[in-house]
Amino acid sequence: MIRVQADDFDPGAELAAFSAGNGKVGGVCMFLGLVRDYLGDEPGAAANVRGMTLEHYPGMTERQLAAIEAEARDRWPLHEVLIIHRYGRLEAGARIVLVATASSHREAAFQSCHFLMDWLKTKAPFWKIEHTDGGDQWVAAKDQDDCAADRWNKK
Amino acid sequence: MNILYFAWLRGTVGQGEERVTPPAGITTVGSLVAWLKTRSDGHALAFADLTVVRVAVNQDYVGWDHPIATGDEIAFFPPVTGG
Repeated sequence: MIRVQADDFDPGAELAAFSAGNGKVGGVCMFLGLVRDYLGDEPGAAANVRGMTLEHYPGMTERQLAAIEAEARDRWPLHEVLIIHRYGRLEAGARIVLVATASSHREAAFQSCHFLMDWLKTKAPFWKIEHTDGGDQWVAAKDQDDCAADRWNKK
Repeated sequence: MNILYFAWLRGTVGQGEERVTPPAGITTVGSLVAWLKTRSDGHALAFADLTVVRVAVNQDYVGWDHPIATGDEIAFFPPVTGG
């Protein structure tokens, strides 16, 4: 299931409802992404981030996320998949994204959750602009995200 | 056709959306970009370095040699940074 929304969500409630009633599920893996309060890779070394605004491409976002979910279901035996991604203004500490996967066994749940986040970061059309003490700036894509996504490409 | 710009491209071009009717001979994304660059200084600047621009036709990622047709929705944006 794909949800693209401005509103916050409750990870606990989402997790509880996620695989409720499905007796085949033996393992659930969840990733939760949050807004950091610093720039770059070293906490405290750069300007403080007050928050960010996430822009997206309505229509294409849902289309790409659905394709990513379909790819995960093709690769692993999954009972449930949930992707929630927020857009709009988000303050430091806010929840941005939730990815959850449910399978009969843990390995498929772990791997598919990792895969979904790696592919989402390089394929879903979202863009972050950070609001810092020094002004606003668009976040640049990272090579390491491309490398993380590439590891899942079939050889 | 409908052209969409996202993130910093929108600011550089100066608008998020425009309807255009390119002249005959504009048959690929690449040739469309070359034509769009002639429309304003902002367009020229936005497309000055295509290594930092991605393109989607009808909401699917495509390459610069992808064919285009009347009625297509063509979006230009920087590499994505969600998640």
